[in-house]
Amino acid sequence: MANIENLTTGPVAQGRTVRMSGSAVGKAFAYLAGLIAAAAFALPFFWMVSTSLKVPGDVFISPPTWIPWPLQWQTYPEAWTFIPFFSYTINTLQIAIPSIIGILFSCTLTAYGFARIRAWGRDVLFFICLSTMMIPWAVTMVPVFVIFKNLGWTGTYLPLIVPNFLGSAFYIFLLRQFFLTIPMELSDAARVDGCSELGIFARIILPLSKPVLATVTLFEFNRVWSDYLAPLIFLTRQEHFTIALGLTYFLDRDRPLWNLAMAGNTMAILPVIIVFVLAQRAFIEGITLTGIKG
Amino acid sequence: MLAFISPWILGFLGFFVYPLLLSLYYSFTEYNLLQPPKFVGLTNYVNLTEDSHYLNAVGNTLYFVVFSVPLGVLTAFIIAFLLNQQLRLRVLLRMIFYIPIVVPISATAILWMWIFNSNWGLLNNLLALIGIQGPSWLGSPTWSKPSLVIMQLWLVGGSVLIFLAALQDVPRALYDAAMVDGANAVRRVWHVTIPMVTPAILFSLLTGLIAAFQTFANAWIMTGGGPIRSTEFYVLYLYENGFRFFRMGYASSMAWILFGAVVVVTVILFRTSARWVYYGGEG
Repeated sequence: MANIENLTTGPVAQGRTVRMSGSAVGKAFAYLAGLIAAAAFALPFFWMVSTSLKVPGDVFISPPTWIPWPLQWQTYPEAWTFIPFFSYTINTLQIAIPSIIGILFSCTLTAYGFARIRAWGRDVLFFICLSTMMIPWAVTMVPVFVIFKNLGWTGTYLPLIVPNFLGSAFYIFLLRQFFLTIPMELSDAARVDGCSELGIFARIILPLSKPVLATVTLFEFNRVWSDYLAPLIFLTRQEHFTIALGLTYFLDRDRPLWNLAMAGNTMAILPVIIVFVLAQRAFIEGITLTGIKG
Repeated sequence: MLAFISPWILGFLGFFVYPLLLSLYYSFTEYNLLQPPKFVGLTNYVNLTEDSHYLNAVGNTLYFVVFSVPLGVLTAFIIAFLLNQQLRLRVLLRMIFYIPIVVPISATAILWMWIFNSNWGLLNNLLALIGIQGPSWLGSPTWSKPSLVIMQLWLVGGSVLIFLAALQDVPRALYDAAMVDGANAVRRVWHVTIPMVTPAILFSLLTGLIAAFQTFANAWIMTGGGPIRSTEFYVLYLYENGFRFFRMGYASSMAWILFGAVVVVTVILFRTSARWVYYGGEG
C-alpha cells in the first residue's frame, strides 16, 4: 500500500504528518472513525449505482436489495435515450472547449501582468481582483441577464462563453501564484537579449507552466460540466441544454423512474470522476493553494 | 502591465462594476424588460419590508446559514483531523471526501432526492434497520430544511482539504513541547491544533457563509421552495421575482440587500478575527 501511496501523492500529502497520540488505541480509534466516515460519504454513490442496476419493480421495495441480481445493465442505454444524452454532452462540450480557450487566454495574460511586471497600483488592482470572488453572483445575475438580452445573446451559448475571455479571479490567482515561483533571472536574461515582454510570456513563462495550465483546464472543464445556474438562466431552448441542466428531465413526471434517473446520474458523474481521479493532485493542490492565501 | 491585465480590467468593468451600478439603479425602478425602467424611489425596498414571502425567505436562509455553516466547518475539521493521523488508504479516503464536490450539483440534488425518498429512500431504509420510522424529509415542512443541511454536510470536501493542509503545517515541535508539559491528547488538540488552524477556520467560515447565503440549485431542483415555502431561500425568491415574474427592479433591490448583508458579515468576521485567529510565524 505504501508504494501506491508514494506514487499517487507525491510531496504534498507526504509533508510533515503529525502523530497526535503515541497510543495504539487512539490510532485504531482514529482509523475506525475515518473508515466509518468515508463509508458514510461513499454510501450515496453506492446507492446510486445499485439503484441504476435494478429492474423498475425492485426499486420500490422495502427493505431494499442492496446488490441487485442479475445486474440490469440495459438501464444505461435506456437512460441514454430517455433524455437526449448525446446531444446534451455535445452541447456541454461546445460550451466547455471555447470556455477553456478563453480562460487560458485571458487569465494567463492577466496573471502574468500581476506576477511579473512591476507597475504602480498593481497590488491594489490585484486585491480588487481577488475581492471580486466574494461578490455573490446573485447580485449581478439580473443586470448581466439584461445586458445579454439587449445584445440578443440569450438563448445562445455566447453568454456562457464570452465572459471567460475576460478573466476569472480564481484562475488568475492560481496562475499568478505559479508564475511567481519562476525565477525572475530568466526574464531578466531574456530582456537583456532583447526579448519583448510578450516574447518572454509566450516563449519562457508559458512553456514552464504546463502543469498549472493543465490544472486550470481541468478546473474549467469541471466548472462548465457542472454549472447549473448560468445555463438555466441563459439557455431557453431544450435542444441547447447542457448535461447538468438536462438531467433534471428525469424528474419530469409524477413518479420518477429512479433506476433510469440514477443511471443518468452515474453517466453524468463519470466524466468528472475520471478527470478527477486522473488529476487528483492538480485538483487538490489548486484548492489547497487558494485556502492558504485566502 | 496594463496591456497584460486588460482582459481582466474589461471583464471587471463589464461584468462587475457596470452590472453592480445597473443593479443599484434598477433597484429604484419598476422594470419588466418590456417597458423601460420607471423610477419609483425606495418603493421596492419599502415593499420588501412588508412582503411576507420575502421575510420568510430571509428566515429560511438564516436557518440554513446558521446550521449548515458551523456544522460544515466542524465536520470538515473532524474529517481532516482523522485523515491527518497517518491513516493507511489516506489518499483513497481523501478522494472519497472530495469527490462529492466535483459532481454537478444537479446530479447531487437528484441523487439526494432519491436518498430522502420517504418510502424507498436510502436514509429511511437505514433508519428502519435500527427500528426508527423516518420522516418524509423533503415532503415535510419540518424536515425539509434539516434535509438540505444534511445534504450540505456531504459537500464539505473543499474545507477538508483546506484543514488538512493547515494541519500538516502545524510544527511537530509544538506537540512535543505540549507533551513534555504533560498535556493530554484533548488538551493538545484544544491548545495547539485548534489555535494553529484558526486561519483555515476563518477561510472555511467565510467561503461557507457566502455560499450558504446564495444557496439555490439544491432547493430549486429538489423542492422548488416547498413544501409550503419552507425551503424558499433568498436567491430562490430573487430568481422567481426576476426570471419568472420579470420584476427586475424588485429582484435588484433584493440583490443589493444581499450584497450589503454579505459585506457586513465579511467585515464583522474580519474585524473579530483579530481576536481569535492566530497567524503563525510567517504571518
